[in-house]
Amino acid sequence: MGLDIKIPIGLMFCILGVILTIHGIITNGNVEMYEQSLGHNLNLWSGLAMLVFGGFMLLTSSLVKKKKKE
Amino acid sequence: MQTSFSLATLDWIVILIYFIFVLGIGWALKKHMKDATAFLEAGRSLPAWVTGLAFISANLGALEVIGMAASGAKYGMMTVHFYWIGAIPAMIFLAIFMMPFYYGSKARSVPEYLKLRFDEKTRGFNAFAFAIMTVFASGISMYALALLAQVIIPLDIDWNFLGIHIGEFDFYLFVSAIIVLVYMVLGGLTSAIYNEVLQFFLIVIGFAPLVIIALIDIGGWEGMKANLPENMMHSWKFAGNPDANPMGVEWFGILVGLGFVLSFGYWCTNFLVVQRAMAADSMSAARKTPLIGAIPKMFLPILVIVPGIIALALTNTGALELPLKEGTMTTDFDKVIPVLLMKYMPVGVLGLGMTALMASFMSGMAGNVSAFNTVFTYDIYQSYINPRQPDKHYLKVGQWTTVVGVLVSILTAYVAQSFNNVMDFLQLIFAFVNAPLFAAFLLGMFWKRTTGHAAFWGLISGTVSAAFHHGLTLPYGSIAGVKGGYFGVIHTYPSEMAQNFWTAIYAFTAALVITLVITLLTKKLKTDEELKGLVYSLTPRIQDDSKYWYQKPGFLAIIVGAVALVLSIIFW
Repeated sequence: MGLDIKIPIGLMFCILGVILTIHGIITNGNVEMYEQSLGHNLNLWSGLAMLVFGGFMLLTSSLVKKKKKE
Repeated sequence: MQTSFSLATLDWIVILIYFIFVLGIGWALKKHMKDATAFLEAGRSLPAWVTGLAFISANLGALEVIGMAASGAKYGMMTVHFYWIGAIPAMIFLAIFMMPFYYGSKARSVPEYLKLRFDEKTRGFNAFAFAIMTVFASGISMYALALLAQVIIPLDIDWNFLGIHIGEFDFYLFVSAIIVLVYMVLGGLTSAIYNEVLQFFLIVIGFAPLVIIALIDIGGWEGMKANLPENMMHSWKFAGNPDANPMGVEWFGILVGLGFVLSFGYWCTNFLVVQRAMAADSMSAARKTPLIGAIPKMFLPILVIVPGIIALALTNTGALELPLKEGTMTTDFDKVIPVLLMKYMPVGVLGLGMTALMASFMSGMAGNVSAFNTVFTYDIYQSYINPRQPDKHYLKVGQWTTVVGVLVSILTAYVAQSFNNVMDFLQLIFAFVNAPLFAAFLLGMFWKRTTGHAAFWGLISGTVSAAFHHGLTLPYGSIAGVKGGYFGVIHTYPSEMAQNFWTAIYAFTAALVITLVITLLTKKLKTDEELKGLVYSLTPRIQDDSKYWYQKPGFLAIIVGAVALVLSIIFW
């Protein structure tokens, strides 16, 4: 149906991933803030996971397109 | 204890980005909405992994996310019965045996299949019941979203608009309704399905950190076990005696009531889910839709039930306090997920978790609206109000139906807000209508003799039997009224769940017997030629065109069934 859903999914998770990763790096070591998550930097971990997933979605979608063009 | 929290700017940015993408998907699809088929049936053009994820995601609305966590806290491990016995077998049956008729018959909806297989009155009964039901379900989703949002993210909204007071509840209700309305009018069913896929990934990524941290906090699986009574940690072990398990049901009720009647009645005949499979791009993809959906479905309990069980274990250790229902002394289990989000999530991932929660509510609404659109446009408008118009006309009607559907949903959300009991009662009546439906499909699809009169009266008598059974019984400790017993009490069930399962069993049996008897008494009106493609014995076996053996529906079905069985044995 016209639009490849992998593109918006990939884009959204990449953007959210970048935001949370940067936020995680900046706040890394902030004991007070991460006390509630038992000392784990959830922003960094979630951000990286979203980047990997979003990147995978984008890669598989553009690869499919390239193959069709060739 | 604090029951509301304020979101930081970053959390709002995360939520905003989600809204932009949701609306953007609708906008990008707009130019493809050229005819009614594209708008109402997604042009039958989507790949199996998309329809498969949408198939389970359309269900992952407020009722499931909030309700299953609450059930996890109330009934423990037994809640998995709604998945491994209450969904997987029915999804396999739909894929292998029923999808060939739905997809192959070229019917555009479940009621339309009933018209082709039986007759006009059977279609009419199903179409009207379904249309009303979906609008109410979408209204309940909106109500739940607005209610939860106003409690956990209070915004102090107190506006006056032309003399009408607008509070937080109204604000959240209208914002969510407008977003759903816009992306549904722009992109129709495709928009709904695409957003369901997006929502699925958001829920997994948003809830996974919550479950992991909560599990670490309680001391892992063993720590959870140590803080709960043994019967909360087993699914079947205590099902021999209803008094021994927290759900108050026995194995027969679970197996037949939930695992057969309710589950097959829902997953195999409810157009909300079947519509997703019918939007697939080929017969093979349509059959694989429920099977691909079944794979994540089996593991969803980790995300939606386990948090509830952990929350209960945490309250037992004193590390967590669940809020009480307003004005009562009973625990409000519906707040398990928000309370846990609040406890463990720092700024940033908190916004992500809230986004996942909102996404689930909104696609619950959108799923119902998309099913309502199709049934109203094809089975009510085109059939009874204005037939034989050009396709463009039905595209317009479909778009306007979206607007009307959302408006009526808003109204029902207010009905739910002011009369809680009216909502319970309506849901009950729909349960009565749904329970016998699978009997008509089972006989209709596998016995070519079954007649239209028989199916219609079977459905009616099944519904009436359900009402009678419910009216004559009562769950232990309840008073007569919405909970049953309004005709006098001749039997008391150990729990409401047990009563529900048995109501379904009675309704199904009555529908089956009446349909059988009336079929034998009436003349078969449809010829074998007309029933070709609609009935098992008159349809040539289809050859699946998948390239490799491991892509074939049959193989997938065996894998899915085996994994569900292994999971049931591990957590028995």
